[in-house]
Amino acid sequence: MKIHNTRGGRIFDAANYVFLVLIGVLTLLPFIYVFAGSFATEAEITRRAFFVWPEQFSLGSYEYIFSTAAFIRALVTTVLVTAVGTVVQLILTVTMAYPLAKRNLRGRQLILSLVVFAMVFSGGMIPTFLLIKDLGLLNSYWALILPAAINPFSLIIIKNFFQELPAELEESAKMDGATEIGILWRILLPLSKPVLATFALFYAVGIWNDFMSPLLYLSDNSKWTLQMYLRQVTASSDLLGTGNVDPNYIPPEQGIKFAVIVVATLPILIFYPFLQKHFAKGMLIGSVKG
Amino acid sequence: MTTSTVDVKTPEQAPPPVPAPGRRRRFAVHFAHYKWLYLLLLPGVIYFAVFRYAPMYGVSIAFKDYVPFLGVNASPWVGFQHFEDFFSNPDFGRLLGNTLILAFLNLGIAFPLTIVMALLLNEVRLSILKRTVQTLVYIPHFLSWTIVASLSFLLFALDFGPLFLFINSVLGTNIDFLSDPAWFRPLIVLQEIWKNTGWGTIIFLAALATVDQDQYEAAIIDGAGRFRRVWHITLPGIRSTIIVMLILAIGQMLNTGFEQIYLMTNALNRSVADVFDTYVYFVGITQGAYSYSTAVGLFKSLVGIVLIFGTNALAKRFNQSGLF
Repeated sequence: MKIHNTRGGRIFDAANYVFLVLIGVLTLLPFIYVFAGSFATEAEITRRAFFVWPEQFSLGSYEYIFSTAAFIRALVTTVLVTAVGTVVQLILTVTMAYPLAKRNLRGRQLILSLVVFAMVFSGGMIPTFLLIKDLGLLNSYWALILPAAINPFSLIIIKNFFQELPAELEESAKMDGATEIGILWRILLPLSKPVLATFALFYAVGIWNDFMSPLLYLSDNSKWTLQMYLRQVTASSDLLGTGNVDPNYIPPEQGIKFAVIVVATLPILIFYPFLQKHFAKGMLIGSVKG
Repeated sequence: MTTSTVDVKTPEQAPPPVPAPGRRRRFAVHFAHYKWLYLLLLPGVIYFAVFRYAPMYGVSIAFKDYVPFLGVNASPWVGFQHFEDFFSNPDFGRLLGNTLILAFLNLGIAFPLTIVMALLLNEVRLSILKRTVQTLVYIPHFLSWTIVASLSFLLFALDFGPLFLFINSVLGTNIDFLSDPAWFRPLIVLQEIWKNTGWGTIIFLAALATVDQDQYEAAIIDGAGRFRRVWHITLPGIRSTIIVMLILAIGQMLNTGFEQIYLMTNALNRSVADVFDTYVYFVGITQGAYSYSTAVGLFKSLVGIVLIFGTNALAKRFNQSGLF
């Protein structure tokens, strides 16, 4: 259908296009500034108010952060926790979703109701903290992984996905003598690869970005993750009225802040195209039904 | 959920699968038949019992005087003592005010902006432009609040941050945006808009795609211009989506976002920055008042539940389809 465009309509279109492009550029501008700043010299950052290209190219900031043990440790820790956490979340979610997708399984409805209730109501920060403390998980990386190991929303989406796969596939496999676990492993999982890859990406982003769990559960700063490290580096000393920070702490030079932000952002930006391919779909099939 | 843990232990006594047709299956047969499924279910059930339901039981310390070495069970009951303390504490009014002001600023500014942004994107017929803008504005949603806060610290940094210099030169002032309490709320709303407005348009764009195209043609024949079409067809077409999103937003009103507020809080802006979520952290985790802070958290979640059911009932009252 072609809508005839009036003059007013064309003016509106032009203004709208310009406005939206401006919004897009404004959204990106902080990154460009930080990216450019991370390759600039300290003098340039303090001298020039704003720039998108450094006058003098310098790797000094990166050389510095990659020479400090604290940064390397935070980076390696975060990569490992993210990798292990993603695998744990996937395994737990899939193993729970598969039986729940079987309509004739007894007790299924009860468990589903309890899962949905857990979406609405939670114990809250303090009771969860005390639980982690009682389990002896304080200052353990498992505290970053286990409390959020199954996301009820993803569980129900994956369950619905399994439920919608054609039943004939399973029937014929059963005829051939496959066990339930065999069916899950050899038939359902290969079919669900794209869906599970999407969830894996979202889980990974969630763990990578998590600031609250390390803040609550890791008081030992030798165990800090990248987000905690970033927080310590970028909040200038006079603003740290709230964190647990060493009084002898000397605020780092500006360039280092830029470089740490780039390192913490880069993996997200690299994976973003893959995320974008799937998230609209993922959000819309999230309808909750039993 | 206790049934499944019991059931996995009993399969060996049961006969092999394939029960006789027409016969009433006994539980044991059912569980024996599905023993692998129940075994797969077990880790998930344990997870929910330990990490979701045990903390719900732990909420009982809101009515107790929690003593760490006695544990949740043995600590003595004190009834509503902590709630009374909280409501009579001068902090209460301040927290409620700060939380509500931030919530209404987000509802009043960020929420409508999302709809406007979706409408503007929806008017774009040049699909390359539309997709490019969408790609750009969705990005911030995936960044952590730590990165958003760090970017803010750099952009508004005293004496050299680009936005510090720019805004102060326009206003002819010398404001330190990061520590001035008057600028705390504008900064929070600005961050929220930058991070989530683009992402929020997804759901509205999906709703906009379902609006009946024939109506536009009819409206054009009737001589309706661009804005009248948006007002009389597009907006009514996505009304139910707007209402559902509004109910959800109101239900989440008191969840001001712990990470964002915590990261932007400092010694100078505490008077306006403290909200329920961060208060629970400061009083509970850093000062160790576990029972009292649990009571504060419980109060907050109960108000949230009342809000979501209340708005849903209101939406139904006005003849709109509610959320449930």
